[in-house]
Amino acid sequence: MGKFLSGGATRRSFLGAAALGGLKLLSRPAWAETVDLGGEGGPGLRSLTTAFPEKGRMILQRTRPPWLETPFDVFDKGVFTPNDQHFVSWHWATFPMSIDVAQFTLRVRGSVNDEISLSLKELLHDFPRVELAAVAQCAGNSRSYFQPRMSGAQWANGSMSNARWTGVRLKDVLDRAGVKAAAKTVRFAGLDAPIPSDAPRFAKSIDIDHARDGEVMIAFAMNGQQMPVLNGFPLKLVVPGWCAVYWIKALNDIEVLEGPDLSYWTTTAYRVPNRPNYTCDPAEKDVDLIPITHNVPRSFITNIRPGDVLPLGAPQLARGIAFGGDKGVKTIDFSADGGASWSPARLGADEGKYSFRQWSADFALSTPGEHVLKVRCTNSDGVTQPAKPVWNPRGYMGNTIESTNVLAS
Amino acid sequence: MRSRLRNFLVCTTLLSSSTAIAQGPLELVSPPEVELPFGDAAFPEGNGAQALNEHCLACHSPDHVLNQPSLPRAGWEDTVKKMIRAYKVEISQEDQKRIVDYLTATKGLD
Repeated sequence: MGKFLSGGATRRSFLGAAALGGLKLLSRPAWAETVDLGGEGGPGLRSLTTAFPEKGRMILQRTRPPWLETPFDVFDKGVFTPNDQHFVSWHWATFPMSIDVAQFTLRVRGSVNDEISLSLKELLHDFPRVELAAVAQCAGNSRSYFQPRMSGAQWANGSMSNARWTGVRLKDVLDRAGVKAAAKTVRFAGLDAPIPSDAPRFAKSIDIDHARDGEVMIAFAMNGQQMPVLNGFPLKLVVPGWCAVYWIKALNDIEVLEGPDLSYWTTTAYRVPNRPNYTCDPAEKDVDLIPITHNVPRSFITNIRPGDVLPLGAPQLARGIAFGGDKGVKTIDFSADGGASWSPARLGADEGKYSFRQWSADFALSTPGEHVLKVRCTNSDGVTQPAKPVWNPRGYMGNTIESTNVLAS
Repeated sequence: MRSRLRNFLVCTTLLSSSTAIAQGPLELVSPPEVELPFGDAAFPEGNGAQALNEHCLACHSPDHVLNQPSLPRAGWEDTVKKMIRAYKVEISQEDQKRIVDYLTATKGLD
């Protein structure tokens, strides 16, 4: 199948193997540039790295297993994130270091008429191809800006990326196996495996109707190219409009269940308060929690950074990106006075309702001193970003209206 | 302003060209075996560092921990318990205390 970083080694033998050169260790880090991500109450300084295979300049959040964040300046260059700067997030340190495309198979099992095992050749040639632009966003994107802070991946705003995905419909693959009438849930897992052998294998699931909606895709390419290994080569589940935790990388196992998925990653992890904007008070205990599902609207200014000095009275252009979550962008509103007044922004090309969409707005600052620029997205369901800070115990689904403080001089 | 406007126009041009991305590949090619940075060898020295080196590094590199915000002691206790309960690392009571002591001393809020 492939060569793994570590196949079920114990802690000590794992580290022993590393020490003995069983792993390819890079002795000297290749990073030097740093960035201050600015979250209050914790270290904001991160290295930028080019040391990871098939990846360009990335913010290093964690070396092993990799958490690599897309540098924010990338989002100003266009709505599609280059593959070599698409963010990276793995849960377990055991995942394939090489994959033999001739050997790789995708298995469909469980409540189906025929359990099947598909080669990559079959997947690429025996099913209709579909293409769709969609944002992959980690559920914990922007966690480092929550107050009070919490543990977890300390992402700034760059654990999100947009790509045009090419693949086959999950529905078509399920139909090949023949889903039984009793099927309720479909669970997905990839080649990554836990280090402690009794720890929960990473897996996520969706309802059978969602799985068969014709949009959920088994992707084999992003932006017209095969995926980098760190982004899930050779196959990645694409669940448009849903958080990237569902987008299983190196997907090789599809299991049709006749009941709910009771695994750790659904019943315990990745849960948010069952409240408006998934927000509760930090002091509250025993809040009712529900699984994270779809994305929510977000918008960002990409061409003006906090602390920028803008010429007093001169016409200015603000530009950025937005996405509607699980629905398209309806309107983007821009405010140059801290949210006291809003005016609609111009919308860029529509690449599909799950894609980033560019926006721009003209403004001028007529008084010297500090000003607060804000941008707000409303999606086609009428859902808009909240002004009140989103907060929940694990730091998920942050989509508070962004503020950019600038100086007019 | 002028350069911003120019950037915007360049950006818009890039956008429109990106709609013409070709179909995906007809075949996939096995990528060469990747090499990954392994991460720093150990936690910074301090009381309890040895316990962290022994229990934490199998699953993740130290930067996972070093990039965390400061948390109250109860927050670090919860984190260590989560690693045991959810992610099945085995840590003795004594080492749990050493780890929490180290984290509270280096990244505490109390």
